[in-house]
Amino acid sequence: MPAPIRLRELIRTIRTARTQAEEREMIQKECAAIRSSFREEDNTYRCRNVAKLLYMHMLGYPAHFGQLECLKLIASQKFTDKRIGYLGAMLLLDERQDVHLLMTNCIKNDLNHSTQYVQGLALCTLGCMGSSEMCRDLAGEVEKLLKTSNSYLRKKAALCAVHVIRKVPELMEMFLPATKNLLSEKNHGVLHTSVVLLTEMCERSPDMLAHFRKLVPQLVRILKNLIMSGYSPEHDVSGISDPFLQVRILRLLRILGKSDDDSSEAMNDILAQVATNTETSKNVGNAILYETVLTIMDIKSESGLRVLAINILGRFLLNNDKNIRYVALTSLLKTVQTDHNAVQRHRSTIVDCLKDLDVSIKRRAMELSFALVNGNNIRGMMKELLYFLDSCDPEFKADCASGVFLAAEKYAPSKRWHIDTIMRVLTTAGSYVRDDSVPNLIQLITNSVEMHAYTVQRLYKALLDDISQQPLVQVASWCIGEYGDLLVSGQCEEEEPIQVTEDEVLDVLEGLLVSNLSTPVTRGYALTAIMKLSTRFSSVNRIKKVVSIYGSSIDVELQQRAVEYNALFKKYDHMRPALLERMPIMEKTATNGPTEIVQTNGETEPSAVEPKHPPPVTQPANQANDLLDLLGGNDVVPVIQTTMPTKPASAGGELLDLLGDLSLSGIPPMTAYNKNGLKIDFTFERANPNPNIAVITIHASNSTEAEMTDFVFQAAVPKTFQLQLLSPSSNVVPALNQGTVTQVIRVLNPQKVSLSMLTYTHKGSPVQDLAEVNNFPPQSWQ
Amino acid sequence: MFISSQFMLLFSRQGKLRLQKWYVPLSDKERKKISRDLVQTILARKPKMCSFLEWRDLKIVYKRYASLYFCCAVEDQDNELITLEIIHRYVELLDKYFGSVCELDIIFNFEKAYFILDEFLLGGEAQETSKKNVLKAIEQADLLQEVCSD
Repeated sequence: MPAPIRLRELIRTIRTARTQAEEREMIQKECAAIRSSFREEDNTYRCRNVAKLLYMHMLGYPAHFGQLECLKLIASQKFTDKRIGYLGAMLLLDERQDVHLLMTNCIKNDLNHSTQYVQGLALCTLGCMGSSEMCRDLAGEVEKLLKTSNSYLRKKAALCAVHVIRKVPELMEMFLPATKNLLSEKNHGVLHTSVVLLTEMCERSPDMLAHFRKLVPQLVRILKNLIMSGYSPEHDVSGISDPFLQVRILRLLRILGKSDDDSSEAMNDILAQVATNTETSKNVGNAILYETVLTIMDIKSESGLRVLAINILGRFLLNNDKNIRYVALTSLLKTVQTDHNAVQRHRSTIVDCLKDLDVSIKRRAMELSFALVNGNNIRGMMKELLYFLDSCDPEFKADCASGVFLAAEKYAPSKRWHIDTIMRVLTTAGSYVRDDSVPNLIQLITNSVEMHAYTVQRLYKALLDDISQQPLVQVASWCIGEYGDLLVSGQCEEEEPIQVTEDEVLDVLEGLLVSNLSTPVTRGYALTAIMKLSTRFSSVNRIKKVVSIYGSSIDVELQQRAVEYNALFKKYDHMRPALLERMPIMEKTATNGPTEIVQTNGETEPSAVEPKHPPPVTQPANQANDLLDLLGGNDVVPVIQTTMPTKPASAGGELLDLLGDLSLSGIPPMTAYNKNGLKIDFTFERANPNPNIAVITIHASNSTEAEMTDFVFQAAVPKTFQLQLLSPSSNVVPALNQGTVTQVIRVLNPQKVSLSMLTYTHKGSPVQDLAEVNNFPPQSWQ
Repeated sequence: MFISSQFMLLFSRQGKLRLQKWYVPLSDKERKKISRDLVQTILARKPKMCSFLEWRDLKIVYKRYASLYFCCAVEDQDNELITLEIIHRYVELLDKYFGSVCELDIIFNFEKAYFILDEFLLGGEAQETSKKNVLKAIEQADLLQEVCSD
């Protein structure tokens, strides 16, 4: 049998292959040869064969049949064999295969080998890929080597120990004694790896952290020596002595100084020294400065030091090297909350970074810019951010748009400016705006009463230009539906009023209905808008025609709307004006628009929505929303739940004031629910002064022996009608009918069917039930 | 946790892997997928972009030296600038060992490239900060290998 070809020979041969197929053929041929060689248990060439196998593995070919061979090589006495064997093990084996455990014994032996390079191989392999079982078995050996005087082995043992601790944290204690004099070493390799070990231990255990705090003075001394010492050729990198060790020490100091005044104080001087004396012309110096800044910001440093740190970051921002700019922006992002004023000073540089070519830099600059916006700089900042929005990549547009809306809401200097800003976003990034912005914007517009004419005019003009961006189209449709009368009457004060006729407006809205660009949701908006105009425009016949056409639309949603609007024209024409009246100002509650979802800096911005509701409020709101989802659809119509007992009962009442006269007189009470001892009765009243609203009082009583605590009653009606739940008299339904919990619900036109959801805690276990209430007395609905 | 490096990849401009060192346990299949995806992502980057990118939940630090890309994955908390120095130190070691190293050296002597890396990093952390000491150890180990083999 001829000797198997040499490794380099094989590599050369494979590289001559001109096609993938040719290469595959060569590889297969060689693998076959190797396989038979393995079968023959050839000791002489095993090493060569495994090496070739590793090469082929790197090219992407399977090599699992070589796994056991690696183990045999490791067990061999020859150093060459061991070298390749361990390399193969690290490349071909992984801890998920039981095969790797066979290594354990070999490694154990090699850890005690007479040659340090063999010991080194074993330590390296264990520290690189040792599984938890292996680590458990061999930790003792590692610990022994950690105490040796041989610095070559000691440094490897330290890192091996780090790996053991990561895999089996409980073993950390056993390494503690060996750490005693680690820092007195002169050898930099040992020092470096010791610092890594100490860092690992301190991060994992608060006890260790407390224990090692006493090392701070020693660490400070070592760092000082590194900085002050003269040129040391062995460790020099561009004039800096052992930057790797410096960075590691700085990192350990960070961990030790965090939340500890004394330690922070002890390292104050050295940090200032490093910060001011380090050469910044090369990356290596900046790497140390960067670590220093991170440490200063994390420990309890005095304000002078913190300002120094931020100024370093500010200088980084001006550096030509984009890597440096990147880390500066990342750090500033982390510190902008705590050191806001200091960061503000660098605002213009940060804003310039919006124009950087690098995607990561742009993103950070954008996030940072939003964090820096305040009442003073809003105009200038918004100009830059809107310009950025115009020209940035699509991946940024959604976040940027959300950020602009949030900032505008918080700091808008005037309503006109606010509307203009919104318009700008909608027209330039309209398709990237988040869906939840639409209801938010509508609410905003509704509440800016004096700007209605201006807003609708601008939106109308935008629609004439472009109907492809759905959020824009939806907001515009809604506004035209609401304020179409202002549009045609040319009442705009803020800018030159445009001349537009009713027919032109209807043309545009009808255009939306038929356009392929419009989504079903948008069509819904358009149809409703057209309907609303029937009370604002005089061309009612045209509108009637459109509505009746859509009564047979394939789209079920549109069809339903059209049919109902048709009914409004036919049977309920007397109610139409009141129903389609101008919307009143909507209140913002925690349920309106999930503005909390918009985040910048990876931190939640304090929501523009008043978050001061007591915690119980948000919970029922969410549940009610879920109920509404069950009934289908997230429509613009909000469910208002005021459970603040101090709010006057009629607060949300105006919103429900949409129907014409509905008489609700003498309606008999009913039992809505009776199950498991919980009985809920409904009594009805007409609301005063609004007789259009049914005021239902629920009376909950409990006939069981144990009281029901945390009682919560939720109700939902189909989305076209509205419901308001006031706060219950109590959350505890006392046992044995000793009392009732009452709660008032105000409903517009309660339907035959409504869903209720009850949750309460009974005898320690939570109970939840969903019930359909369908026995409303006929007088309560029409 | 600060691991200086979760894995290190060396690959050519055509996307061919020249070295792959993994410091976290992953199956062969997972490694292949990560390598493939990451190599494609990095090769797609323009020269003016910075050396860092966020990829999955890792930060990638990469630098091109002649025809080879050196790529390190670090955890989000790490100091990217010092990682660049680690990469540079490894390149210097290769350069000193091979004498003006080029890609071919690493192709034909890949096992040596691994040995050098294993004398410089262990478990993803630097074990020796002196260039001289790393090279000395490799030299000695090579000698030992010669003595042992035929």
